[in-house]
Amino acid sequence: MAGFDKVVNSYEEAMAGLESGMTVIAGGFGLCGIPENLIAQIKQMQVKDLTIVSNNCGVDGFGLGILLEDQQIRKMVSSYVGENALFEKQLLDGELEVELTPQGTLAEKMRAGGAGIPAFYTATGFGTPVAEGKEVREFNGRSYILEESITGDFAIVKGWKADRYGNVIYRHTAQNFNPMAATAGKITVVEVEEIVEPGELDPTQIHTPGIYVDRLIVGSFEKRIEQRTVRKA
Amino acid sequence: MALSREQIAMRVARELQDGYYVNLGIGIPTLVANYVPEGMEVMLQSENGLLGMGAFPTEAEIDADLINAGKQTVTTTKGASIFSSAESFAMIRGGHVDLTVLGAFEVDVQGNIASWMIPGKLIKGMGGAMDLVAGADNIIVTMTHASKHGESKLLDRCTLPLTGAGCIKKVLTDLAWLEIEDGAFILRERAPGVSVDEIVSKTAGKLIVPDHVPEMEF
Repeated sequence: MAGFDKVVNSYEEAMAGLESGMTVIAGGFGLCGIPENLIAQIKQMQVKDLTIVSNNCGVDGFGLGILLEDQQIRKMVSSYVGENALFEKQLLDGELEVELTPQGTLAEKMRAGGAGIPAFYTATGFGTPVAEGKEVREFNGRSYILEESITGDFAIVKGWKADRYGNVIYRHTAQNFNPMAATAGKITVVEVEEIVEPGELDPTQIHTPGIYVDRLIVGSFEKRIEQRTVRKA
Repeated sequence: MALSREQIAMRVARELQDGYYVNLGIGIPTLVANYVPEGMEVMLQSENGLLGMGAFPTEAEIDADLINAGKQTVTTTKGASIFSSAESFAMIRGGHVDLTVLGAFEVDVQGNIASWMIPGKLIKGMGGAMDLVAGADNIIVTMTHASKHGESKLLDRCTLPLTGAGCIKKVLTDLAWLEIEDGAFILRERAPGVSVDEIVSKTAGKLIVPDHVPEMEF
């Protein structure tokens, strides 16, 4: 690597420095737009006691679900979980902690974390179990709760195309939480389907500017579909 | 006769207006998309980051990178846009979505809604429901009027942990169309062939019955 070139050539290099007990923020919604090879690398490394911040926790045998197999996750911060039997078992056995967070609040926690804003007020969750223990403040006659933002030791992100400087474009709804995750990691690692030379991407079309990206790697992706729904042609 | 799932969707569809941006929850609310009146333009928002959600794809069109909030493969309509989750919830939280339709376990006379958590059962999470009910001004809750065991879901006070406080004004059940005002349900319409007495007997929360309660027509 030299200058702004963020490209690394192995997944070992991409995740180097990840240690047990760290917090990892992961992009993805369900199995869509998940950094599947970076997750596989975390499994390979066998680091434990991770806190994973991600909207979901994959399914049995794929996505973040594979990190449950060797009990690498201590805590999940998610809006919706339990699509996997192993998750349910570890939760009921007390081996896994989950902090359920409303989806929009989760996105904003990442966005704010990456933007240097330590906390924000939102009406989401006021009067519900989510508000327990949180400061409540009234603005213009409406009650809001104070939510603290999130940063991670690592952020793992799935993009579509990037240039070597780490300017990233996402494809369709595989964007989801990825742009916010990218801003919120002390070390942000992005894996993409294609890397091009600087200047080949239209600057107007960039979703994640390279300033947020520390390491970039090209991979191949299974892109498993969770709910295959079709209509007749 | 209690309304069928399709009739519930058809009745909700009458609340649509031309140019509406609409978020439809999972289940019956999704069916509303099938009954958009002829000549009316409505754009569906899916909270994972899509405005202008289209039909399911054909086998040839399937794209793993294009799904809805139910994680189902979908297509986009002409004029659609795709964006991040933060942008998506800015639309929702900022009150830019014209109509939200979602299901619930319970609703009460204060406009509280419980839809995500049954203590003692596995809790999967609230997803985007808390953001949707907190951010939208115009929400329609669709649900059955009573549980399978005959217990009313329209209460004076929700018994389950809330999804949102004081945010629901309109409820459509399989028996009735109700509005919530000043701490009471107001019976606005009844399903064809369903008597006011039946609705009264199945509504646990305070219910105001106007002199005339028209039957829905389909």
